Amino acid sequence: MSMVLAAEAGDTTARNLTITLFLVFVAVTLAITIWASRQTKTATDFYAGGRSFSGFQNGMAIGGDYMSAASFLGIAGIIALYGYDGFLYSIGFLVAWLVALLLVAELLRNSGRYTMADVLAFRMRQRPVRTAAAVSTITVSIFYLLAQMVGAGALVALLLGIRPGTTFLGMDADAAKIATIIMVGALMIIYVTVGGMKGTTYVQIVKAFLLMGGALVMTLLVLAKYKFNLSSLLGDAASSSGKGSAFLEPGLRYGVEVAGNATQTFYHKMDLLSLGIALVLGTAGLPHILIRFYTVPTARAARKSVLWAIGIIGTFYLLTLALGFGAAALVGSEAITAQDRAGNTAAPQLAEALGIDFLGGDLGGATLLAIIAAVAFATILAVVAGLTLASSSSLAHDFYANVIKNGAASERREVAVARISALVIGAVAIALSIFAQNLNVAFLVALAFAVAASGNLPAILYSLFWKRFNTSGAVWAIYGGLLSAVLLVFFSPVVSGAPTAMFPEQDWQWFPLSNPGILSIPFGFLCGWIGTIISKERDEEKYAELEVRSLTGAGAH
Amino acid sequence: MSTDTPAPTASTPERYLAVQRSDEFAGLRRALRGFVFPMTVAFFLWYALYVILSAYARDFMGTKLFGNINVALVFGLLQFVSTFVIAWLYSRYADRKIDPVADRIRNEIGEVTHEHGPRG
Repeated sequence: MSMVLAAEAGDTTARNLTITLFLVFVAVTLAITIWASRQTKTATDFYAGGRSFSGFQNGMAIGGDYMSAASFLGIAGIIALYGYDGFLYSIGFLVAWLVALLLVAELLRNSGRYTMADVLAFRMRQRPVRTAAAVSTITVSIFYLLAQMVGAGALVALLLGIRPGTTFLGMDADAAKIATIIMVGALMIIYVTVGGMKGTTYVQIVKAFLLMGGALVMTLLVLAKYKFNLSSLLGDAASSSGKGSAFLEPGLRYGVEVAGNATQTFYHKMDLLSLGIALVLGTAGLPHILIRFYTVPTARAARKSVLWAIGIIGTFYLLTLALGFGAAALVGSEAITAQDRAGNTAAPQLAEALGIDFLGGDLGGATLLAIIAAVAFATILAVVAGLTLASSSSLAHDFYANVIKNGAASERREVAVARISALVIGAVAIALSIFAQNLNVAFLVALAFAVAASGNLPAILYSLFWKRFNTSGAVWAIYGGLLSAVLLVFFSPVVSGAPTAMFPEQDWQWFPLSNPGILSIPFGFLCGWIGTIISKERDEEKYAELEVRSLTGAGAH
Repeated sequence: MSTDTPAPTASTPERYLAVQRSDEFAGLRRALRGFVFPMTVAFFLWYALYVILSAYARDFMGTKLFGNINVALVFGLLQFVSTFVIAWLYSRYADRKIDPVADRIRNEIGEVTHEHGPRG
């Protein structure tokens, strides 16, 4: 009886503390946003933060934009439930930065202005290419937004201690999740419409420091518990998982071998390869990451920002090992799945367990839980703001100004349209994410990576490096890669025909893999090649201009 | 077209073509591609090896090296090391071999623009 009361007292403290900390974060970031809005006068300010950020600042902001709920909640959850396989995400998400560093960041910075399409449409006919790029930017960003919103929903149910059958302020778990999603959506719309790129960038910098701080503290506490002996942490995680040393090896979640069923085993292995390829090729096709390179003045600063980003992101992903295996050892998979089937709450539950141990009692647990939950909310908010900015920029700059108005829109109107677009995209993301609550957020982000790698990366690489590439090729590459990726996901076990699907009751599934990358990425490249050679269009002069500008920075905005 | 009265906009494409065909620019392109293409192939194969071993060489990946640390974990951590090393190598290379040439070519283009700019 007294234990229940103490737990309830702890819950209330956690709730109040989280709400307080979260409100502080919201107040600080809103203040920054309002300050930034006073400095936002031109379109360059709104879209690219006036190109005034340093390499270090932008590196931190990239970290803040990239280390999403998927990295913090999702990876920790997959490692906690399935062991080693979650680490694959950490590795893929990091190695992917080499594609951005070596092939894309500097050339894009030199030749583009506000959006990804600036580079794709540079030597092409504007309208078809920009339309395709806007469609693709919005599709990728919405997939990614879904993941963040699902993370927010899972978090709030944990924080408010709502499990099926209990209520908070008269709301049951589902109502509270939806209320949270709407609140997160409303905040991100404010950050973007008011603060533009400048406000969003500062929010991301603040968030990067909070997230690194939170993850470092938790890692130190986990390691301290095991006397800084990684091997004994792993041993404890393996034994409390009940799966023994298999927990520390690849194969529990991906590439599962089904005895006596060679076809299933083959599909599982292909799914693992597909995930691997999507992770490593996705980053350099993510529109919200690409537009970050426009916030610095030169290509050299863009390179510096990627180097900083690799440093901070790499460090963070090393910490996910301690968070994930720590949650497996100290919280246990039963307690995690009881709260969230997909494991999305493993990291905050670990925080609670560490708090009970180190700060003492339920109150300590509640305190650390509150701090980490507030960090996770900050993480989600910053990322959704970045995504909303990328898609509303593309709608306004690519679609409104260059397709509808043929490049004749005034700057003021263009920025006004961008602000309205942010509202619309926020609303769509809120509505869609209500259906995706059962999915692991790292997994959802992996889908966004697959779509980005299929729809955007082929067109970007061909544009920058292939002289013969033309309008037809760009349009084919984008639509071919994008459609194949999205359709394969739609007919995959992610959407229907499996107990964990978005629509578990329906079944129109025929594609066996849950990640489409292994087919849709090569298909995107193939479409780009076919589209190019069937068209006679070639513009040597424009290619000369693009190549010279992208390599030297001459004429850069 | 006469060379002493070029409209700046009309001359721009030709200027870029001329720069693109110059030996200096060809050298810059070679310097960049000569580093980034092989390096991309290298890290991609190294990463692919890791993913393929995770899928098909479970026994090897599960081999314990010391305590509970197995090959899979060490292999994964080596991916971090290689990423950091490649990023550092590229930054050093770009500082020395790319930036000076790019700056020089950009300045040459800039001077041309400057000569014609005020007239247009």
